[in-house]
Amino acid sequence: MEKRFWNEYQKEIADDHYFYERSCIRQTFFPGSEAAFLRILRDELGKDICDNPHQHTCTGIGYHSDVVPFETTMTVVARLFSLMTECGYENYVPSCVTSFGVFSEMIEKWENDPKLLEQARQYLWEATKREFKIPKNIAHPSDIIYKFRFDLKPKMKYQLVNRFTGKPLRVVEHIGCHYAKIFPDRGVGKAEFPYVLAGMIEAWGGEVIDYPERRHCCGFGFRQYLVQENRGYSIANTKKKFQSMEPYEPDFILTNCPGCSMFLDKWQYTIAEMEHKTYDKEGYGIPVLTYEELTGLLLGYDPWKLGLQLHQVQSERLFNKIGIAYNPDEKYKGISGRLLPRPDRPECLRQD
Amino acid sequence: MKKFGFEISKGRQLNFDEMKPDKVEKLLELVPSYKLCIGCGGCTAACSAAGFTDYNFRKIHTAFFRAQYEGLDEQLKRCMLCGKCLLVCPRGVNTRSLIINMRRILNNVDPVTWRPQRELKSKNEGGSNE
Repeated sequence: MEKRFWNEYQKEIADDHYFYERSCIRQTFFPGSEAAFLRILRDELGKDICDNPHQHTCTGIGYHSDVVPFETTMTVVARLFSLMTECGYENYVPSCVTSFGVFSEMIEKWENDPKLLEQARQYLWEATKREFKIPKNIAHPSDIIYKFRFDLKPKMKYQLVNRFTGKPLRVVEHIGCHYAKIFPDRGVGKAEFPYVLAGMIEAWGGEVIDYPERRHCCGFGFRQYLVQENRGYSIANTKKKFQSMEPYEPDFILTNCPGCSMFLDKWQYTIAEMEHKTYDKEGYGIPVLTYEELTGLLLGYDPWKLGLQLHQVQSERLFNKIGIAYNPDEKYKGISGRLLPRPDRPECLRQD
Repeated sequence: MKKFGFEISKGRQLNFDEMKPDKVEKLLELVPSYKLCIGCGGCTAACSAAGFTDYNFRKIHTAFFRAQYEGLDEQLKRCMLCGKCLLVCPRGVNTRSLIINMRRILNNVDPVTWRPQRELKSKNEGGSNE
């Protein structure tokens, strides 16, 4: 009975042959993440994934801020699907949780209103002379890593265990709202029991922290953030989450949404500057990792190739806890091997 | 501090762990009929001061009961103590007494003598020059 009940909280995730769509925020702020995901899928899992260079935005941020109208977004989504159709794929994998929500919304609308689907086909044809098929399966990349978490485990060099105490690392997981709160049946565990990241953490030796504001928004919220004067609301949400998780002393935060990773990471700096407050004991802040970065780290990828030096809260203390080898001298080395200029140190957020 | 062009908005959430209900307890002790209030707002509807200012007694006593004391004394000064609220209250709450005692508690004066509590305390302890 219990097993059958939990079945309702699962989703179908395609096995192979994926069409990947990159995220505007993820490739800007966490540039190593998407490359790491492609490497994990191709090299570690031996899967086929297409990374088409002609892809573009899904308009998600503009759409949810009421800047881009519905018809435009629908046509842009149709164009992205046409790229997938052209390449001969049927399983769509959008890197961004906002895109994942937008695609799920468009498909839901097309299924319920065939006239809208006809309109989308017509607009796309008139604008680009292209045609598209609706994907058979839409999965977020975190779904795929979750699906293959036990296949990846034997390949991993490290576990989520504190090497000094031997205890599991305590991890806060944060699911993007648009992953399962808009269409709950499209997320593993739905919005009630989000398990996509918790499953990874538990499988790889860590302990998930169940804190009071676990399901609260990270503070992004699109229109709440776009106008500078309104950002006080955005940061107030993030602060509420940090206040709630602080007593549990998390070792790091894991997210599946690029927007959440950015806000939970960068607002720590802003709160520290504004209120001289950090939410860890030593004043370094709580590192925020994307699931690709975490998987890459545990597989033994170079942290600097994963782009971890570009985070606001630095992760060296976490590497030391897990025992991850890294070379501090190469932290700011560019691809050409030349040392890049070092960023300024924050006044209130400590760095080693 | 760096200027970001915005500040962190204050939350409206009540944290019962951080609330200091000492003043509320004192008020309930002095005006026991306050426990009967159902927040109907009759007092505010009948209020003479509310007709000329943004004085809102229901808002004030609700905030007081939630231990959100900031700015309340300044607002309570607008009350003319006419007592219309007392006449209309369906639950018989002694609203005028409530207002007077709220001000006494907020200003930390003795409820009987209206002398500052500190002065009274030092007198009892024999430390006053009075």
